[in-house]
Amino acid sequence: MSGSAHAAAGRATRDAYGDALLELGELRPDVVVLDADLSRSTKTEAFGRRFPERFFNVGIAEQHMIGMAAGLSMAGFVPFATTYAIFIARALDQIRQAVCFGRCPVKIVATHGGLAASHDGGTHQGIEDLALMRALPHMTVLVPADYAEARQAVLAAAAHPGPVYLRLQKEPVPDVTAAAEPFVIGRARLLREGDDVALCVTGSLVHESLRAADLLAGEGIRAAVLAVPTLAPLDAAAVRELAARCGCVVTIEEHLRTGGLHDAVLHAIAGDLRCPAEAVAMSDFGTTGEWRELRERFGLDTAGIAAAARRALARRARA
Amino acid sequence: MTSDLASLAATAARVRRRVVRAIHEVGTGHAGSSLSTIDFLVLLYARHLRVRPSQPTWEERDRVVFSKGHGAPGLYAVLAEVGYFPVDELLTLRRLGSRLHGHPVAGTAPGIDVSTGSLGQGLSIAVGLAAGLQLRRSPARVFCVLGDGELQEGQNWEAIAYAAGRRLPNLVAVVDRNGLQNDGPTEAIHPIEDVARRWEAFGWAAFDVDGHDLAALDAALEAAIAAPRPAVVVARTVKGKGVSFMEGVVKWHHHPIDDAELRAALEELGEG
Repeated sequence: MSGSAHAAAGRATRDAYGDALLELGELRPDVVVLDADLSRSTKTEAFGRRFPERFFNVGIAEQHMIGMAAGLSMAGFVPFATTYAIFIARALDQIRQAVCFGRCPVKIVATHGGLAASHDGGTHQGIEDLALMRALPHMTVLVPADYAEARQAVLAAAAHPGPVYLRLQKEPVPDVTAAAEPFVIGRARLLREGDDVALCVTGSLVHESLRAADLLAGEGIRAAVLAVPTLAPLDAAAVRELAARCGCVVTIEEHLRTGGLHDAVLHAIAGDLRCPAEAVAMSDFGTTGEWRELRERFGLDTAGIAAAARRALARRARA
Repeated sequence: MTSDLASLAATAARVRRRVVRAIHEVGTGHAGSSLSTIDFLVLLYARHLRVRPSQPTWEERDRVVFSKGHGAPGLYAVLAEVGYFPVDELLTLRRLGSRLHGHPVAGTAPGIDVSTGSLGQGLSIAVGLAAGLQLRRSPARVFCVLGDGELQEGQNWEAIAYAAGRRLPNLVAVVDRNGLQNDGPTEAIHPIEDVARRWEAFGWAAFDVDGHDLAALDAALEAAIAAPRPAVVVARTVKGKGVSFMEGVVKWHHHPIDDAELRAALEELGEG
């Protein structure tokens, strides 16, 4: 799939969530939705208006929300508990104990992942959530790339028998996934072939990665792009196979370099391969500003990804 | 188990003997925290809970969220008494491979609805259960047992305030107000004061009773269950109740029981 096929604007994955919930609400009377006073931003509001009996806005009480979701699942419902990615940390014990240890099929949906909270500043930019959720046994972690994939991910989450963490974005992103290939939990998607460097990316930066691959092609570098919508359990075979073919890897995520995609990929290729891996990720908290500017500042954009790819290639050459 | 109030004192003593035997056997466990709960637990299971020990997953059963999970030895002893599993199994408490973990785990021994132990979390789960059962038009009720030190955890108050705002007639909480926590008296560490008044201020129906007066407890539980909104029974209890050298003594929050202590405890609890 070539970079030139991408639309400039796009649609937000949080909108896909709101729309998919309405679909699910009609199909499944056992789906319930919880929110913690963010329903106008997380897009659960429409479900709440359409199915008021099945909507629980608990107010600013995330720990209570997660516990309540667990209780609802014990009464036979499939709960979607919703907040911003940044507020997941404050309910970590509840997620660990009630949802994961308790094996409750709660679907935790976090919008505003990464730097998208933008002007709200560093205290609102959720960049550690993937690390926290990845650490938990029995938690499936999904990070869809665009609207279509996000919609499918919501439906797949509802059908999945265990706990799910679904991380969504605030800002519109261009469509990058082909409608033809369905979303399957646990499967990575090779969006672009290449054998010089593997760009492994999760979530909002897939489009930027494809643009970086275009840029690199102009320099004679054939970059592959592997989208990883399931962070846990990782499609380790796909990652290893591509890493072996390319010989060097760049991991790309709107997240800290610790504990997210970078660590997951390192873990997958460690021991098997001598394969330099560069991280396009945050190394500290964010700050206030517009989303595009922030990504540029911290290297989480086309230019930053291309630069990381060149570094990876240089390291491979020296090895 | 007999449901006759007059005979329940003997039942409670028998259950207490089993608690101290189990903790003595494995050398670890929360004796004080378990002993204070026995009277209201026995009453609940004998006279109020709609459950079927031979059918532990009966769809319309009342649910019990034992939020003060460290009181597990007490819960297990009552569950065995009621017939969920053999009494002998109590001696496997806390052993590797046992169904009776240090804190209750759902899916292990029959009669345990919810995994608990990280304090302050159970009430939120109970609220979710109650809301869900109500949505299903189920006749089942939800009972949540909490400790008093546990009420220092903020999450409880999220659940308490939220529940009061919803009409949940099927939700009853019981607080084991024994006045002690791991490191000392609750009021010296992090005061929670008049617990019934606090819950009442948050919008619950509240009943404050002597937690070892079976008749008073019985009436309070009945009133709480009948209340059309969430209700709490604050049972004023003695930590370690029934064993004189444990009563009100901080160390018995969690401590092994040696042979001499076991003998003395059993004698006080009426073992011939």
